This record gives sequence, C-alpha cells and structure tokens, in this order.
Amino acid sequence: MESFTKHTGLVVALDRVNVDTDQIIPKQFLKRIERTGYGQYLFFDWRFSESGEPDPEFVLNDLRYKGASVLITGRNFGCGSSREHAPWALQDYGFRVIMAPSFADIFRNNCLQNGILPIELTEDQIAQLSTKANGKLEGYEIAVDLELQSISDGDGLFMDFKIDEFRRYCLLNGLDDIGLTLLKEDKITEFEHSNGII
Amino acid sequence: MSAQTLFEKIWRSHVVEDKEGSPPLIYVDLHLVHEVTSAQAFEGLRIAQRRLRRPEKTICTVDHNVPTWNRSKPITDGVALQQIETLQKNAKEFGVKLYDIKDSNQGIVHIIGPELGYTQPGQIIVCGDSHTSTHGAFGALAFGIGTSEVEHVMATQCLLQEKPKTMEIAVKGDLPFGVTAKDLILGIIGEIGIDGANGHVIEYTGDAIKQLSMEGRMTICNMSIEGGARSGMIGPDITTFDYVRGRPQAPSGKAFQKALEYWEGLCTDKGAVFDKIVEIEATHMEPFVTWGTNPGMVAGITGRIPELSAFGDDADKTAAERALKYMGLEPGDKIQSINIDRVFLGSCTNGRIEDLRSAANVIKGKKVNSKVYAMVVPGSTSIKKQAELEGLDRIFQDAGFDWREAGCSMCLGMNPDVLSAGERCASTSNRNFEGRQGKGGRTHLVSPEMAAAAAVAGHFVDIRDWE
Repeated sequence: MESFTKHTGLVVALDRVNVDTDQIIPKQFLKRIERTGYGQYLFFDWRFSESGEPDPEFVLNDLRYKGASVLITGRNFGCGSSREHAPWALQDYGFRVIMAPSFADIFRNNCLQNGILPIELTEDQIAQLSTKANGKLEGYEIAVDLELQSISDGDGLFMDFKIDEFRRYCLLNGLDDIGLTLLKEDKITEFEHSNGII
Repeated sequence: MSAQTLFEKIWRSHVVEDKEGSPPLIYVDLHLVHEVTSAQAFEGLRIAQRRLRRPEKTICTVDHNVPTWNRSKPITDGVALQQIETLQKNAKEFGVKLYDIKDSNQGIVHIIGPELGYTQPGQIIVCGDSHTSTHGAFGALAFGIGTSEVEHVMATQCLLQEKPKTMEIAVKGDLPFGVTAKDLILGIIGEIGIDGANGHVIEYTGDAIKQLSMEGRMTICNMSIEGGARSGMIGPDITTFDYVRGRPQAPSGKAFQKALEYWEGLCTDKGAVFDKIVEIEATHMEPFVTWGTNPGMVAGITGRIPELSAFGDDADKTAAERALKYMGLEPGDKIQSINIDRVFLGSCTNGRIEDLRSAANVIKGKKVNSKVYAMVVPGSTSIKKQAELEGLDRIFQDAGFDWREAGCSMCLGMNPDVLSAGERCASTSNRNFEGRQGKGGRTHLVSPEMAAAAAVAGHFVDIRDWE
C-alpha cells in the first residue's frame, strides 16, 4: 500500500448525504478483474448524461475542481455495497483524502486498505470547508498532515482530526494488514490447535 | 464471568490475539466467495506467491453476473464471462470448492451457505459482500468485507477487526396479520435510519422475531446493512437447530449432538449490557413500500409520500426532494396510486422457497396485469427445483410471470436483467439506490406478497385486503 504522510491538494465539495457505493461506482463496471482503471467510471451516472456527455450540473465537471484530490461530503458516505471498487475508483480519479461527518463501516475499512485517508469531522467543520471550497473562484487548497493529525489552509484555518492509532501507523508506513498478520502465524496455529481445527 | 451478549460470546471465542496497539485478530470459520469481489484477491495471492491457509474453509459460487436465462445458452457478455472464468480458474488453482454455473447447488452465496449447512450457529462468517449479514440469522457473526480483506482471510484465515459496538433491537408484541419479516425490517430501517446502526452489530430479540421461520429471520438479518449495521444476528433456538439438522455440510450423528450442546449456550445472558437499545412495536407495523432512493425512505401501504416539511434536517429535505425527482413522484401522492411496470421476485433477501410459496399463493388463478412484466428468479438452483416439484413454476407461469434460473439478477442488474430508464419496479430485493436496477430505473422495495399483488393489480395494493 502507498504510504500517506502529508498531502496538499485542491478541495471539491459534494454536498450530498448518504452517497452510496452504487453511485460512487455503478455495477456495470464491477465486472473487470483488475484493481486499476476505475477512475473514468467514478460517479458515472452523475457525471455523464445518457449520451455520455459530461453533465455540467455535476460538481466534478466544474473546471474549477479539475485535479481535486480532497473530497468533502455529507454524512454516511460510502453506504451500501462492500465493493472495494469504490475506493479504487476514488483513488484512480486522484482523491487521497475524503472528509465527512461519518462513513459507512466497510467503505472506511476499504479506504484504509488502499492508502486513502478518511477523516471524520463535525457537521459544522464540514460545512465550513464546503463553503470555502464552493466560494473560492480560483480553487481552495488545504494541507493534511497525518503525522500531526491536522488540516490547514493558507488563510489561517487550522483543524485537528482523530484517527485510530493503528490505522495511522499503517498509513504512515504504507503497511498492509496481510504482512502484519503473517508475522503472527504461530499464534494462529496455536489457536487452530487449541480449537481442534488442526 | 459477567453476563455476556451473544455477540460477545462469539467474538471472544474467536480472538487469536488482542494486544494493545493493534485491532484484535479474529479467526474466520467460513469464507464465502463470489466472482465479483474475488479476482483481485486471488491475483494478490499469486503475486505474493501465497496460498490459502485453510482452503477447506472457503466455498465459491457464481451468482452476481450470471444470466438467468436458459443455462445451455452461452454467456454473451464477454467481460462477465471473463470474470466467471477467472473464478473457475482460481478455484481450481487454489484448491477451493466451487459451486459452478451448472452445478445443482449453484445459487446466491447467502442462500446456498445456509441451504447446504455450511452456515452454523456460533461461527464467524465473512464474504466480500455486504449482505453477508444474512447468516447472522443462525446466531453467527457474519459480515461483509472488501477485496483486500478477502485476500487477508485467504492468506491467514483471520481478520484484523476493531471490535464493533452492540445494539439490541427489541421487537415488542406480535406482527399483525399480513405483515411479513420484510415489512418488519423495512419498518425498522425507516425508524432508525440508514446509518442508525453504523459501527454496531444488531441482535434482534423479542417474540415477533422468535416466531419467524429461518427464512424470515434471514430476511431480517440480510437487511441489517441497510441500517448501517456491521452485522445482524438472532439467538439460535429450536427453529435454527431444526433447519440445520440433516443438511449436507452440517454435523451429523454424535457430532451434531455435541454441536447442539454448544449452540444451546449461544444466547445473550440475562443482565448482559448492549451499547444501544432500540424498542420497536411490532403491532405498529404494516406492509411497507419504499418511495425514495434509500431503504429508509418508507411509507405504509395505506399512507402517502411525506411532505417535504416533514424532514427536519435540510440535508434530509434536499435528499428527499432529489429522490422524489428521480422517482418521478410528488409529496402527498398515495402509495396505492403508484403504477408499476415491472416486478422482480428474488434476491438474497427474498428469493427463498418460502418467499416463492407466499407469492404463488397470492397470484394463484390470477393474471399479471397487461402493463406489467414480472419475473421470478429463485435464489438457488435447488430452490428452483423444489419450487418445480411443488408446482409453483406452473402457478407463476400460468399467471404470466417469467420463470428464470438462479442468481442475483435484477437485485443489482449486473447481468442482462435490468430496468430501462423511467421503468418502475416492485422489487423484493434490498436496495432502491439510484440506478441500482438499471440507470434511471425506479425501485420500490416490498415483500414477496406485496410484489405479487402489485403484479396482478398493476399498482401497489394492501395485501391485507387481497382476496
């Protein structure tokens, strides 16, 4: 997994609550057997009209947000299906950080397995960041520091955030769970013996 | 030892290691695999030159993108075919049991697990699929995981998991006449909201739950994820044990007796504490229909679509407005005046034999409305066979339903079974998200009985008045 230490990037606000994984990546794109190349399908039904043209009403199609890598959105982001294609699509599109008042459980886990940082903030903080992102004509950039667990912009904004200590450690070091668990192989074998599995 | 919840008992018995600085490492008893979320996991193993730690604890099937037409015809979608063939190749290479497309036990992964007796009380069960919560109906801890975690389970038979919180949903009283398990879970989600159980494992308790068949309990647990729950579970009892007994993969003879002694202890102790408790009045439940684009947007069959002023929160109001625009409906519309174009009877929520029997009972001797196209997709090939033995296929076909092969089908429309833009469907599945059943398609979630009645009437009707 790619490590995550600091990230500075353009912010885009998707002001919707309960964005489900069927919207993040519709099912017709789940038939592929690769992990990459899903960015072109991100929010497909919202981004593109029936004829395949970008829908100018959808925020990601606004040229101001081209190249955005920080997504601000409403509560319960990523609800629904367990498809890891959702974080793969967000990542492939260029997102490294997602901020919301809450995330669906499986989606958050999936982000953390892929080097995407899901940050939970209060509704007020999200509203504040969203207002800034929507208001700035030249684009709004923020800096996220995972080591310090802080968010800042060039205008004096500063916010702390919290993330599970273990997940922070894994992200900072780019560690995936399998490697860590395999170090505990003797414990697993011991469990299997004492439970009559082997 | 202090009083424990059912969840706590299962969790504790599966902890391999719980040390500070890392989430607990828990052992997985059963890993279910399907074609859509597994290819990248097998590939990961291959790249790292790893094998499955316990291949005998994993079973695979193809369900999500298999066509439901005649199985002797070839699959025409090349990308879907590649995914199916990839699972076939992977199962062979890694030595894992596969219930393949022409196997007599093929079916939706959450239907064949219980059906074949793999699913048993007290287990930890995972699958790269959010509806894994279905298996919690047996008093197991069952939850959906992503593909990276699928690979993790394959390589280690374990998962690093934060311990979830617990939530009791205590259902008081009995379900009224004509109100099914599907209505109860839709009613519960309507009350708690689609993120009401985030971070929690739900245990459903109360007489109304205990009176349900295993099929009904699976419907309830299946949709726990639609309330945001990590999982849903129901304490095992005589109904559970009778269902499991005699199934091909269940223990038999003395081994069954031994297992039974253990299973009987799998209950929440008196005085055990849940992190959250929600009380639901079963007597307040009625047949429900979803009107919006998430499973929490529900109304009773005698009701109307809520006015926007009913939503206190601006974000919810905007979401409801957006949902109604997508659904082509207006606040105040009567639920019974909504006309439908399609009916889908099936899915891991309501594709079991009992669901088919109930729906067949509603339509027996009647005809599907001339403006409606209706289809039945049994949850598994063996359910299809059983239904045919009972003559249910004749009842459905005589009424004008299409009788299909088993799979997930139009629950998520990964195979050729999809809605066209603007088409409105009464569906027994679990999600009414935008585009779920086809781009622009409009889904209303209902029980099998309500779907069957709507097929005949051409609009939603109160099943309690059905003759």
